[in-house]
Amino acid sequence: MTRKRRISWFKFASPPAFVALVDRLAPWLWAGAVLLAVAGLYVGFFVAPPDYQQGNSYRIMFLHVPAAWMGMFLYLLMAVYAIIHLSWRVRLADVMARSLAPTGALMTALSLWTGSLWGAPTWGTYWVWDARLTSTLLLLFLFLGYLALHASASDREKGGRAASLLAVVGVVNVPIIYFSVKWWNTLHQGMSVTPTDAPSMAPSMFAALMLMTAACWLYAAAIGLRRAQVEALEREVDSEWAQRMAGSTEGAEAPVPEPGAGRMADERGQG
Amino acid sequence: MWDGIGDFLAMGGHAPWVWGSYGAAAVLLVLEMVLLGRRRQRAYALLRRRARARQTAAVGHEAGGDA
Repeated sequence: MTRKRRISWFKFASPPAFVALVDRLAPWLWAGAVLLAVAGLYVGFFVAPPDYQQGNSYRIMFLHVPAAWMGMFLYLLMAVYAIIHLSWRVRLADVMARSLAPTGALMTALSLWTGSLWGAPTWGTYWVWDARLTSTLLLLFLFLGYLALHASASDREKGGRAASLLAVVGVVNVPIIYFSVKWWNTLHQGMSVTPTDAPSMAPSMFAALMLMTAACWLYAAAIGLRRAQVEALEREVDSEWAQRMAGSTEGAEAPVPEPGAGRMADERGQG
Repeated sequence: MWDGIGDFLAMGGHAPWVWGSYGAAAVLLVLEMVLLGRRRQRAYALLRRRARARQTAAVGHEAGGDA
């Protein structure tokens, strides 16, 4: 029983099985992300009332907080894959880490941008060098540094190992970001949502925040897996299985799926 | 809750910040999806070219063997 399950897990660590798995998962992840985002935006803009202090500017929270959480989470996940890559030389782990970095950078940039636009009407400034903001900026630089290092060496394996090392070292920054509002006196407000306490906001606001967070999760999963799939195929351009999965017949319009190519032909052009 | 579309768009005077945030998010996410979609199509095109080259090579090899 245990043995059987273990084998099926290893199966998805092989690139062909992974590529096929992403083809099955991605449409559901996209659909879920869109549905949850529509629901979250509806609740966030048409159900949740204006804040008694901040008016309507607080609605930036529904974007800012999920993006900030996702940036930190993707960094942690990237570091886990980096450890697996460094420890056991699993190629697919490097593919995963490399594929999460652009989305992590995007989410972190978005949290900084929306935070800045939220700070302007709320604090009266777009930027301060306080602990929360500065450590989040550092997170963005860590993502970009990872990507630059990965691309730096002519030998992909070498560049990947250097980048993985940076990812692992930089992970200390994540708890610093998360607890910065507790450890230091910051202009940034404290945690409104913690794993232990009841959220300090109206239920409809909290509902919108959770829906947008879930949408953000599914989006990141969809785009991260899709990028990992492309990355895995790009690294295997000369192998027969990858060529078979891309559909070996001409034209993108009417490819004939080969046995084992799964549903890839239907979904080409997505994400 | 909103008094018409104008009131909604005005966001109680916070329009530049609210729409600046959501607009940037929309642009960035669409950009990410478009860029990845194009990268994906390039990868697939390259794989198909390699597959054709492999088939041609295989056929050539067979023909060469027969002669």
